[in-house]
This record gives sequence, C-alpha cells and structure tokens, in this order.
Amino acid sequence: MPQITLIEGVTQALAHEMRRDPSVVVLGEDVGVNGGVFRATAGLQQLFGPERVIDTPLDETSIAGLTVGLAAQGMKPVAEAQFEGFIYPMMEHIACHAARMRHRTRGRLSCPAVFRAPWGGGIRAPEHHSEANEHLFTNIPGLRVVLPSSPGRAYGLLLAAIRDPDPVIFFEPKRIYRQYKEEVADDGEALPLDVCYVLRDGSDVTLVTWGAQVKETLEAAEALAKEGISAEVIDVATLKPLDFDTIHESVRKTGRCVIVHEAPRTAGFGAEIAARLAERAMYDLVAPVERVTGYDTHIPLFRLEMKYLPSVERIVAAVKRTLAAS
Amino acid sequence: MSTVATFEIEYLQYLDADGKPVRDDLPEWSKDTKELVELYKQMVFLRVFDGKAIALQRTGKLGTYASALGMEATHVAIGSAMAEDDVFAPMYREYGAQFYRGVKPREVLMYWGGDERGNDFSGPAHDFAWSVPIATQALHAAGAALAFKIRKEPRVAVSVVGDGGTSKSDFYGAINVAGAMTLPLVVVIVNNQYAISIPRSAQTGAKTLAQKGIAAGIDSIQVDGNDLLAIRAALDHAIKRARHGHGATLIEAVTYRLSDHTTADDARRYRPDLEVKDAWTREPLKRLKAYLLAQKLWSEKEEEAWKAECAERVDAEVNAYLETKSQPVTAIFDYTYAELPLDLERQREQALALETRKS
Repeated sequence: MPQITLIEGVTQALAHEMRRDPSVVVLGEDVGVNGGVFRATAGLQQLFGPERVIDTPLDETSIAGLTVGLAAQGMKPVAEAQFEGFIYPMMEHIACHAARMRHRTRGRLSCPAVFRAPWGGGIRAPEHHSEANEHLFTNIPGLRVVLPSSPGRAYGLLLAAIRDPDPVIFFEPKRIYRQYKEEVADDGEALPLDVCYVLRDGSDVTLVTWGAQVKETLEAAEALAKEGISAEVIDVATLKPLDFDTIHESVRKTGRCVIVHEAPRTAGFGAEIAARLAERAMYDLVAPVERVTGYDTHIPLFRLEMKYLPSVERIVAAVKRTLAAS
Repeated sequence: MSTVATFEIEYLQYLDADGKPVRDDLPEWSKDTKELVELYKQMVFLRVFDGKAIALQRTGKLGTYASALGMEATHVAIGSAMAEDDVFAPMYREYGAQFYRGVKPREVLMYWGGDERGNDFSGPAHDFAWSVPIATQALHAAGAALAFKIRKEPRVAVSVVGDGGTSKSDFYGAINVAGAMTLPLVVVIVNNQYAISIPRSAQTGAKTLAQKGIAAGIDSIQVDGNDLLAIRAALDHAIKRARHGHGATLIEAVTYRLSDHTTADDARRYRPDLEVKDAWTREPLKRLKAYLLAQKLWSEKEEEAWKAECAERVDAEVNAYLETKSQPVTAIFDYTYAELPLDLERQREQALALETRKS
C-alpha cells in the first residue's frame, strides 16, 4: 500500500471519484495545467482532460456561481478556493443558493457541490493566506463543514463529501499537508460525515480539536502523559453536523474538557461545543471548560503567527488549570 | 497610435410605439399570425394577473410582490423563444416567461405569499427558482451552460438581470466566463430604467448596457424591449447561435417599469409623473394590439372576451392559492438536507411537540 501525505489523500480522492463518476468535475484557479498552487490537483487534467479539470478566470464569485449552476444541473463540481482567505466572495453563492437550494425548492433542485480550500496558518504565507474561518460556515443551515487532519481522513472524508447530496465546505489544514505519510488504500471507502474520531484514549481530561491543531494537541497529550496525566484526544473532523455524543461520552469519563482551535475565540466553533457541554454535560464536569484558541485578533503576519496559534505549552497549561480546579 | 478595437451596438426595433412597422423585413415567424396572436394574449394575461396580484397584496392576502407591469413583451418573448429542455434562470418578476414554460400563477402567488412550495413549480423541473440576490442567477445560468457544454447537450441557458444587476460582479463574471469558455448562454438585461430608486444613468457611465458584453467578447445587441417582435427576434438569433456552439449573447431590452419596484415601494418619491406618463405611450401591449388590429388579426370584441376569460382564469388561480393550507411546522426542517442530521431531527421533534401541545 502506498504511503501518502494529507494533500496526496486529497488528490487520490479526487482522482478516484473522477474515475468512478463522470459527473464529477474540478474547477478553480490554476487547478488544471498547473495542478493547483499546493499541487492538490496535480496530474488530474492529464488524466481527465480540460473539460473536467477546469481552469477558470480569476474570480472567486464566478467559481462559486458556476459551481451552484453545475451542481443544480446534474454535475458534481468540486470547486477550489485557492486559500481560505479568498473564500469570502464565494459566500453569497454558498449561503444564499448552495446551502438553501434544496430547502427553498422543496427538494426540486439541490446542490451536491464541494467547496475545497487550503485552510489555516503556520506556513509563513503572505497576508490573507492563513485564516481559520470555519465558524463562518458552521452557522449556515444546509451545509456540512469538514476538516480532515490525516491522510486517511482526507481521502475518506473527501470521497464522502463528493458523494454527499448536499453542499460541503471542505477545509484542508495546509500546515500539515505534508507533515507525515501513512498508508491509505485507494479503495474508494468513504468515511462517515457525522462522526468524531477518538485519536487517543485517556481518563483525566478530554482534548477536543480539529485541523492542524490535532498535531499540537497530540503532542500536548504526550507531554502530559510523561507527567502522569492521561488525556483523551478527539478530532472533531466534521464540525457540522456535530457528533456531540462522542464528545459527551468522553467527558462523562474524564470530567474535564479543553477545546483547542486556531480561529479567534469569540463565537468560534469551540463556543458551540462549550455551550453544548453546559447544556448537556454540566453534571459530568468537575472543572470549568477551557478553550485554547487564536486570540480575538487578526492572525498576525508570519513573524508572529506561531505566537498566535495555540501551542503545546498553552494546551498543557490549560489542562493543568482544569486539574487544579478539582 | 493605432486602433486595436472598435465597436458598435445595434439597436433593433420592428414596431414603433403606435404599432407601425419601422422596417419591412419583419421576422418570418411573425407571419404565423396564430402564434403572434397567442403571444399577445399571453401579454394580456400577464397584465391581468399582475393587477390581481397587486390587489391581493393591498388587501392583505399576499406578501410583498414584484410587478411585471410594462415588461410584458420581454418576459413573454423569453418564454416563447426557449425550448422546454433549455434552462431558465430568472430574477424575480419574469412570470410571463415562466407561465409559458408551465409555471402556474398560483405558484407565483405561493412564493410571494410566503410558501416555499411556490418554488417547487410546475414548469420544467430543471429551471432555477426565483433569485432575489441580484444577478447571482446569471452565474448559475453560466454554470448550467457549462454543464451542457461538458455533456455535449444541445441546450441553452437563459438568464435575466435588471439594469441595476449589470453593476454587480456576478453579471460581469457571468458574461466574462461565457466569453472565455464559449458557453451556450443568453443573458437578457431587462433595462426598465430603475433599480428601485436609482435611475439607469446613475448605474454606469456606459452609453448602453449592451456594450458591456463587448468587453466580455460576446455578441451584444440592444433592442426595443417594448417591441415583442424585436426582443423575440433577438432571442431567436441568440438561442440558435448558442445551441450551435457559437457562444453567448447579451441582449439589452430597453423598457420601462411602469409599476413601483415592489408593492413595498412608492415610486412617486423618486420619479416625475410626467416621465411615467410618457413611458405609458410606449408600453408594449398597446403597440402590438395596434399592429394586430391594423392587420385585422384581432378585434376589440375578441379583446374584451379574452380579458374576461383572463380574469376568470386568474380568479381560479387566486382561489387555488387562497385555499392552499400552510405547510405543517415540520416543513421548516424538511429539505434542509437530503437526510436530516440528528441535531436537526431533535429540533424538529421539539417544534412538533410544541405544535401538538397547542392544538
């Protein structure tokens, strides 16, 4: 079985679905001849031709609008926003049309599209290339919001996203695009789009995270283990719809929860998880819920970005606060 | 210095404001007198429907409604020029086109009457629903056209934007992509002179709206949007070109919105009565009727009978609309996804429980 990176998981899933389903097309800026600025679509145009791997004019609004039109007329488009910071012009088409087309036509039309975007900070990129903005989409009814954090989950969740009959926002944590390789069989096996993944079992505290922050969170769990603290780590993977039951089950066991994400804190998706814990797990908790997040500022330019993103040190400190509280 | 490009915009008109032919090469199809009369009858039907819809709103039986008054020729021409297999992506007042395609008046009333089922209409199932976010529908039509091109289907996508819509990036994006990809797309600008209160002159410094298509590299023409013959002829040509792989066309139909923007608007605040009075002299029904009367294809007696029939038909539609019960509270949740996620299933149960307790 081949060893592949997260971004190769994306490419492998795209190729697999394009081979399997002739209605799948890929469109975006530089996705064709160039194979994508991160190489996510490398080789696809050679395999499937320029009619199905479409280099569009440089306009995110057009890409999103074309995607809605294609999806409503029987195609399965996978659109790329080159960076998550460039997805804003697409939002009108995503929120007003893609997300509500099925609802507003009582199922007559639907929009089975995937909007992919490299996501998040930590690669010393220019301004507007490092945002974490998943929470802007998790509040939009009709969407699914997915953030894989491993090569295998990138492959399996993207397959599921393409096959899903509704629109999916698929954010790819670019900082860990090439962090490590793992064996991923190109077997066409999709992963469920409403499930959290327990990456590490533990009994003292539950660490809930997603995207590139899975890396720091697992490292923090390792560091804590050396001090005799047992942390369970959950990769949310699909933020919307949220598999809260898996999180709840873990917190029932540990009594403590630290939520880690790189987006700004206020009204970030961590707030939703914390609110649900307050609603449904209050009596299971023995300490206040902690959040380790980006600050409520813009992510700084890259000289300071690593000081903005949650670090192992900050996660460990938050866990210790929850332990000290009870 | 050398000139690298020049352009001109053709203006097409067959009938003047009094219904007199201004040229002698009337389109061949217009000699099919049965069809011409049918198109006129559709325009009359649309006007009767429109008046009734406004009356319903004024008496509290309909929500905000966007009138089609004055734009009947353009709307009916679009409906009659398209094949059923083609895809229509309207803005939100092209009922005349949609009636032609099988949408029922009661469905229009349902939509403006606050019921999503109006969007699940009886017209072609592939047609887009009304699009309130301005000009976005032009890009959806471009996407549909791209699907046709990819699948090598001889189908055409037709969309409508207003004069205000041509200021939006979605409009520019749609015609730009259509030019770059040679898409089977026809975009009709229904230039009715006003975007709510903003006059056409304040939208752009361009002399015509049609010329925006020149920059996108697509065929562009301006027509008298009150002249059914002209707008239909331009559409026939554009749709044929698109169907045969020759690319997109931009048609600017110059007309006038004789109504308020919607029933929530009062146009007297921003446009002079004299201007509206003058616009009424050029309205589309009057000139086609004059032409048909002069050709002895239509009579006042037939007009009277047809108007009475329209009123009856519209009344039946209105009754059907008024008799339609609201959807159950669960309809709020249904169709949000193909399959409701667990979270929503729970919220749906809560809403239903609340409802059951009340009754």
